[in-house]
Amino acid sequence: MIKAVLSGDMPRSSVLALVLGLILVCLALAPFLFPGVRTVDTAARICVFIVLVASYDLLLGYGGIVSFAHTMFFGIGAYGVALALTHMGRGFDAILVGAAAGALLAAVLAFVIGLFSLRVRAIFFAMITLAVASAVAVLVSQLSGLTGGEDGLTFKTPRALGPAFKFGDELFGVKLNGKLLSYYVVFIGSLVLFLLMLRVVNSPFGRVLQAIRENDFRAEAIGYRVVYYRVAATCLSAAVAALAGSLYAIWLRYVGPDTTLSMEIMIDILLMVVIGGMGTMYGAVIGATLLVLAQNYLQNLMGVAGSLVEGVPVLPQLLDADRWLLWLGVLFILSVYFFPTGVVGRLRRG
Amino acid sequence: MSDPILRLEGVYTNIAQYHILQGVDLEVPRAAVTMLLGRNGVGKTTTLRSIIGHWRAHQGRIVLDGQDITRIPTPAIARAGVGFVPEDMGIFANLTVEENMVLAAVSGPINSARLDWVFQAFPPLKTFWKSEAGNLSGGQKQMLSIARAMVEERRLYLIDEPTKGLAPAIVSTMARALRELKAQGASILLVEQNFSVARALGDTACVMDDGRIVWSGEMRELATDASLQERLMGLSMEAH
Repeated sequence: MIKAVLSGDMPRSSVLALVLGLILVCLALAPFLFPGVRTVDTAARICVFIVLVASYDLLLGYGGIVSFAHTMFFGIGAYGVALALTHMGRGFDAILVGAAAGALLAAVLAFVIGLFSLRVRAIFFAMITLAVASAVAVLVSQLSGLTGGEDGLTFKTPRALGPAFKFGDELFGVKLNGKLLSYYVVFIGSLVLFLLMLRVVNSPFGRVLQAIRENDFRAEAIGYRVVYYRVAATCLSAAVAALAGSLYAIWLRYVGPDTTLSMEIMIDILLMVVIGGMGTMYGAVIGATLLVLAQNYLQNLMGVAGSLVEGVPVLPQLLDADRWLLWLGVLFILSVYFFPTGVVGRLRRG
Repeated sequence: MSDPILRLEGVYTNIAQYHILQGVDLEVPRAAVTMLLGRNGVGKTTTLRSIIGHWRAHQGRIVLDGQDITRIPTPAIARAGVGFVPEDMGIFANLTVEENMVLAAVSGPINSARLDWVFQAFPPLKTFWKSEAGNLSGGQKQMLSIARAMVEERRLYLIDEPTKGLAPAIVSTMARALRELKAQGASILLVEQNFSVARALGDTACVMDDGRIVWSGEMRELATDASLQERLMGLSMEAH
């Protein structure tokens, strides 16, 4: 049963299985285990980023394709839902239309970029995605009448997903309201999309993609059209990234260039893929969880650590909460040094 | 020669600024093993890669079974029934032996009788069926590389130095497998440096020098005429 759900791609390490199980349980029960606005928001962010990073891993880890436009696709999905909810009203139909339109537009854009640039060397694809992503980010800022410009768009989701909607009193001290439902829409949506990605990479299509990554000429000499497979992977990855963006928009009820289109998010995605382990899918779970937790709690943790070593020379300055980015960088360097194949690769090797 | 499976007519191929093939004329008969011989660097590998479309011939024609494939993309040539075993083996190291074989069977699921035959020729592949191909030994990787071409019946097999750098016992296994392939009536164009393997397998032979075919005829004739060998290959070696 579990093997079928995971498309036969088992964790292949008891420690990894334990960690993944723990993350799954924590995310599934996050509103009950860690009640609080910030903790549930962190859990929702982890869910969305797992999907976003998994979709990027399909490109980079499985297809060997470097793209800098992943946040653009993420943003297209988020803006799709935001615009639909703004213009069509706060209904579930608007969410469906917005998410479908976003995914479709992302796939079409990926198809056009891929068809023109994946025929030639992969470096051109990376350069073109960077250029297109930058152009779209500028466009979103400039078209303020439609997109809200730099301020972004705040919109209303269906009543059933808002905090004012109540469907019971309390369960284990947690209010049964629309925000809880909204979290589970994000959680279940992310779980389904992640399992879909797992199915894709373990399908014959995924195997061909891996073969192309390893030796594209050999894959061609067997009879596979490399460009077709690369373009298909790019489209699929873009569509899933857009759906992740849609889930993020539903959760935040806000979209803006900084939350969905920025280069910082693109760098975060790259870090998550590398830390988790490229070409493993489960690496997306580990990478996204570690980095989102670090981004949200490292500062607090350092504040506590700093106060504990007060009076000791140098250490309080080093552990100052404002220096959290420095330590995040150190953690990244250490993880790359000790886990060159990512956490998942290291755990699988035993 | 009547109705060859493959014909090269005045093929010229350049790689960057280097003129590697300079008018190759070659015919590969059906249901026979054609040895492509010559010292290193004369264009044997480039000839095979020009046929499969990796390097494009900028002049001349390559005709497979009556169809001009000179400008056809590599995957279409492969799907037209050309199995290619490259010199560097080109296995997919991160995939299992099974996945490598399944990928090579482009026309559908692997035929079980054919797979049994492949396992008979290369028993280690059955043993390591679920193992990552990257963990195989050099000889086993070469077996996998040839097995991928053998997993389906092809119209033509292009095999580039299958015994290169292998232990004598593995060379015997390779030779036996190729003999079985030949016994099934396969058409094979084989580049081989090991002259005893070439002599045992070849029906016809073509000798290359400086990007051209300088001699072609029966392998038997070449194998039994030491002066001819000396003239064709010994002279070339002295010249370089």
